[in-house]
Amino acid sequence: MNYSNLLKISMNAILRNTFRAFLTMLGIIIGVASVIAMLAIGQGSKQSIQDEMSEMGTNMIFIMPGDDRPGGVRMSSSELQSMKLTDVEAIKNECSAVSSVSPVVNSNGQAVFGNKNWPSNIYGVNNQYLEIRKYQLASGRNFTEREIKTYAKVCVIGRTIVENLFDENENPVGQTIRFGSIPFKVIGVLTEKGENGMGQDQDDLILAPYTTIQKRILSITYIQSIFASAASEDLNTLAIEQITETLRQTHNIKSTSEDDFSVRSQSEMVQTFTAISDIMTALLGAIAGISLLVGGIGIMNIMYVSVTERTREIGLRLAIGGRESDIMTQFLVESFLLSVVGGVIGILLGLVSSQAITSILSWPVVVTPASIIFAFLVCSVIGIFFGWYPARKAAGLNPIDALRYE
Amino acid sequence: MSQPVISIKGIKKDFKVGEITVHALRGIDLEVEEGEFIAIMGASGSGKSTMLNVLGCLDQPTSGSYWLDGVEIGSLSKNELARLRNQKLGFVFQSYNLLPRTTALENVELPLYYNNKITSKDRREKAIEALHAVGLADRMHHMPNQMSGGQQQRVAIARALVNDPRVILADEATGNLDTRTSYEIMALLQYLNEKGKTIIFVTHEHEIARFMNRSVQFKDGLVARKDNFEKRFLAAELLAMMPSNQNLI
Ligand SMILES: Nc1ncnc2c1ncn2[C@@H]1O[C@H](COP(=O)(O)OP(=O)(O)OP(=O)(O)O)[C@@H](O)[C@H]1O
Ligand SMILES: [Mg+2]
Repeated sequence: MNYSNLLKISMNAILRNTFRAFLTMLGIIIGVASVIAMLAIGQGSKQSIQDEMSEMGTNMIFIMPGDDRPGGVRMSSSELQSMKLTDVEAIKNECSAVSSVSPVVNSNGQAVFGNKNWPSNIYGVNNQYLEIRKYQLASGRNFTEREIKTYAKVCVIGRTIVENLFDENENPVGQTIRFGSIPFKVIGVLTEKGENGMGQDQDDLILAPYTTIQKRILSITYIQSIFASAASEDLNTLAIEQITETLRQTHNIKSTSEDDFSVRSQSEMVQTFTAISDIMTALLGAIAGISLLVGGIGIMNIMYVSVTERTREIGLRLAIGGRESDIMTQFLVESFLLSVVGGVIGILLGLVSSQAITSILSWPVVVTPASIIFAFLVCSVIGIFFGWYPARKAAGLNPIDALRYE
Repeated sequence: MSQPVISIKGIKKDFKVGEITVHALRGIDLEVEEGEFIAIMGASGSGKSTMLNVLGCLDQPTSGSYWLDGVEIGSLSKNELARLRNQKLGFVFQSYNLLPRTTALENVELPLYYNNKITSKDRREKAIEALHAVGLADRMHHMPNQMSGGQQQRVAIARALVNDPRVILADEATGNLDTRTSYEIMALLQYLNEKGKTIIFVTHEHEIARFMNRSVQFKDGLVARKDNFEKRFLAAELLAMMPSNQNLI
């Protein structure tokens, strides 16, 4: 039989029962659309976590006192106070893979300006901290070495502090705010960074020279943690090794003893988060898989039932001279057309619903071509197979047996 | 006399149903000449339909040989059988077997789709011609559910005719119809036979059988008796004598 006849027969068969065709397609449409939307949500959250992490800087390293073996937090107060400024100096001088390093001491309290106040954190750092954390100045300046040496009461503030303490058109730079009882002169304002991957506001902070915080607020001489950054992302591992080595020396730790500090890198955190979001993607993939399965079974059912219902038609076609292959090809073309048209509509619906999810729920979504192809292929293959397989069985019957089928 | 259109020898057909075997045909010999209009008669279960299905190549005999137009059927492949059904045989069923939601014209066109020699233009022309021949020119675009039983059977006859087959096989083609409509169908078949078509017609009604030249009586899967009718009844004449005209086609 020639191909135009075949196409015409299949088209006629579809058009003769548009409602059945529609129901058949509906299975495929919903299957494809839901899988695409599910995967888009999964990919979207994964992407947004990764974006935020890399914005935080992937070559950042932080060092905390106390060892951090998995399975338990074991910190004595002596360990907590084990980090000194000399450690920072040692890292700066001896670790070639480290480009910047800053001590960190912090305190929380109330920031006050005029009649407004806001509970926040003040971080005592040096002037390399901005670079390490990838903060930028929107206005004003960073503090100087001199200001650090002189315990100057100056600070750089984040956007959230500006919004909560100052009026809209007030310029914070040059004003003096109080933190606790200590007045700090605002010398710089940071650009907005938004929330990090864990939902923390990264703009809710006040930065001041670490010396000032140590002396005037905390009255301590040790430091609480150290932030450093590797010269490049590739040097992360080397930098961590060098830091560990250096600190073991400055802390006089015997080769048989455990570290009394822990070194973590941002890229490690990124990996952790990626792992978490991978689990999320897998979870959503499983949901998508289930919807695919349900959709697939739906497609299977309707295809199977409609073909079985048409066994008499197959018998008649055989009786008037249709060959087994003509009938098989007819049903293959029919289920191919339905699956492809249904699949394309499903893709459109999937894209539209992904967009709807972003605009209504403001969830991040990312539709990848791979997910489209995957959903489309799986659904159409199921559709085509289950449209064709029962037809193949029926077409192999004796014409009279197919005609007598009930 | 020329070569018979159909010639069968020792045809047997067994059906296995679970443990038991039903011997539906137990050795049938029959020859049908070109232009014959022959009735296959017999009680219910005597094997008439089974015989006709074998003759129509819808079913294979268990043993025996069957020549159609000089060709041994037993040696043919599935595809070759399909071609025979398409081009040499026309089948008319008791229950019409039209495709639902499909116009009369499209139903009649159907066999032509499976005939490679026919172009799409010829297809339409031949189908219209066949519908004219069965007197349904004005119902071409009607769906089966918009037609009476008699009209549906005419569509089925047109479909059997459309590929200009050597033989038309009809199984109780008037079984679902009232007397008047049956006569109308018989008049149509007689007309086709007059024009040279060979027709084999299964029925258990004696009045219907009298419209044919010859009858073959089946009994328990064997031919019990063969009759030649000197003078067959003419359905058109009987119709003209019938009192009411309400069943006009
Ligand atoms: N597919 C089948 N499977 C099993 N037995 C069958 C099958 N078809 C027919 N038979 C048996 O074969 C025998 C002949 O059946 P067939 O249909 O040929 O009878 P018939 O003469 O056409 O009867 P009727 O006048 O009632 O249509 C019956 O006993 C029937 O039960
Ligand atoms: Mg019968």
